[in-house]
Amino acid sequence: MRGFTIVSWSASSDRRGVVTTRPAILNFLAKRALLSLITLGILSIVVFLGGQLLPGDVGRAVLGPLADARAVAVFNHQVGVDRPLPVQYWDWITHFLAGDMGRSFTFRAPVAPFIADALANSLKLAALAFVLVVPLGIAGGVWAARRVGRWSDRGMVLLGQSLGIVPEFISAIVLILIFGVRLRWLPMSADWPEGAGPLTQVRYLILPSLPLVLVFFGYIARVARVGTIAALDADYTRTAILKGLPMRAVMRRHVLPNALLPTITVVASLVGYLAGGLVVIETLFHYRGIGALIYSAARAKDFPMLEAGVLTVGAVYALASVLADLLSAALNPRLRAGRT
Amino acid sequence: MTGGADPAGVEQSSQSPEAVGSLASERLQAALRSSTLIVGLAILVFWSICAVFGAAMTPFDPYADDLLATLAAPSAAHWFGTDQLGRDVFSRVLMGARDILIVAPLATLLGTALGTALGLCIGYLKGVLDDVVSRVIEALQALPLVIVALMALAAVGTSNATVVLVIGFVFTPLIARTIRSAVLIESELDYVAAARLRGDGALAIMFVEILPNVLPIAIVEMTVRLGYAIFFVASLSFIGFGIQPPSADWGIAIAENYSLIGSYWWTVLFDAGATASLVIGVNLVTDGLQSVFET
Repeated sequence: MRGFTIVSWSASSDRRGVVTTRPAILNFLAKRALLSLITLGILSIVVFLGGQLLPGDVGRAVLGPLADARAVAVFNHQVGVDRPLPVQYWDWITHFLAGDMGRSFTFRAPVAPFIADALANSLKLAALAFVLVVPLGIAGGVWAARRVGRWSDRGMVLLGQSLGIVPEFISAIVLILIFGVRLRWLPMSADWPEGAGPLTQVRYLILPSLPLVLVFFGYIARVARVGTIAALDADYTRTAILKGLPMRAVMRRHVLPNALLPTITVVASLVGYLAGGLVVIETLFHYRGIGALIYSAARAKDFPMLEAGVLTVGAVYALASVLADLLSAALNPRLRAGRT
Repeated sequence: MTGGADPAGVEQSSQSPEAVGSLASERLQAALRSSTLIVGLAILVFWSICAVFGAAMTPFDPYADDLLATLAAPSAAHWFGTDQLGRDVFSRVLMGARDILIVAPLATLLGTALGTALGLCIGYLKGVLDDVVSRVIEALQALPLVIVALMALAAVGTSNATVVLVIGFVFTPLIARTIRSAVLIESELDYVAAARLRGDGALAIMFVEILPNVLPIAIVEMTVRLGYAIFFVASLSFIGFGIQPPSADWGIAIAENYSLIGSYWWTVLFDAGATASLVIGVNLVTDGLQSVFET
């Protein structure tokens, strides 16, 4: 990989020896992983309180205002919400960590298999959206950065910002009207026929992924643009230009690797945001992913399912940010030396 | 934000010597020259007028159904056609701004007020309070706002008031973080040290001395958040956890009609366009304000 040769070149010119560099990376990553764990711990408490405390009487909320008081008491005892809160939390989180996410109120069955299936479906949709948006966003950002200050740059920035703030269901409606209703190019629902091959599945997922692509485009383009502007302005770029390298080579070897590092972090943070968009998109396109699962659990007041779904989203986000740190550390000589 | 820098605006302000005396009038001039701000404001004003005077402007009663004229295509009488109940879509689109323009700004205002207060406290007092609050804020940011809101609304029930409260509370930590970093810089400055020497209390220093200096940041942050508030209220209304029927809200209209999208496009397209124009209008105002405050 081109980026890698540059990194190893910079690392060997680094004044610190290899011996001190290695523990520094490990220290940095261990610190980040530990922070993520603390974050997840706090998050689990917030989610737990959100699911058990906010509704007040869980049995009343689930069974409705007309239910008999005794039925409510029996329900509360059955699901264990009449115990003290710390006991409940400990019980919930230890089972959760062991893979037992509790039983769904609605389906009267363990929650975990539902979450696993939904997560797999959502990952397919998310993967397609990212495969489309990351190259597009980077290209847009670099394009704008080369024209900084001109109207085309300003237009690109405004377009990205505006697309990022139009709700997914609005762009979805417009896209459905164009590609589904008018042109009839793409299926209007993500519900593919039983036993469809991977290519057919992708065809069914293109339309649902496009609204996410539109929302994310601006974020990625903005970070790529700012990174490219900074890299174009840097001394090493000036040196490369002055020593007579062609602009293409300057861009490829000096500007892009440095400009795109922050993009990794922003892509990871979008993974967390993604789940919010999935709630709307999956509901709109009848797709059985984690967003639709959380939505239907919220509708049915199925709190065990809701808590498990929300905590899973948080865990995926934490995992994505640790992976992003790993990737940034691997590519960035300054991070490798542990000097953030 | 670097994205909002307006090179033209910078040039203009340095070229007009008579405006140099007053920062406020300089900013006003920059504002009047910022075309994005003007266009954005025009869109916002248009929808605000519709929200306030909508009832007097609509050609038909937006809530009256006419079962003899259901799903009529756009015509001279019904410019945007009629929906499943025969209600005039044009009248409903005009009225549709009302609830979202009450709920979203109130939620933003609540979030900005609470977030600014919290940001001032943790930024100025620092210490354990700052550590704990900052950790919790970080943990909450691992979750998408729509999901936090969905969870809270499932637990406390949905009404315009709960939507305002939930979005306001969800925004509080985000705004607090921005204000906190501004306060950290401000509290190093001489006027804060002077106030401390004078014997002013912490509350007085935070709210009398520092607050006016971080207010421009709070205002820009508020307009950014207003855009997102509209985004969230629209999305929540669309999935049934926001504004409730029989409101003519655009998100509800789209949710009610999108199953008909194959044959009756007019029941969703105009509502979608209205929502898009409102969020883009707010975004243009944000962009314009940022360039004005940066000059």
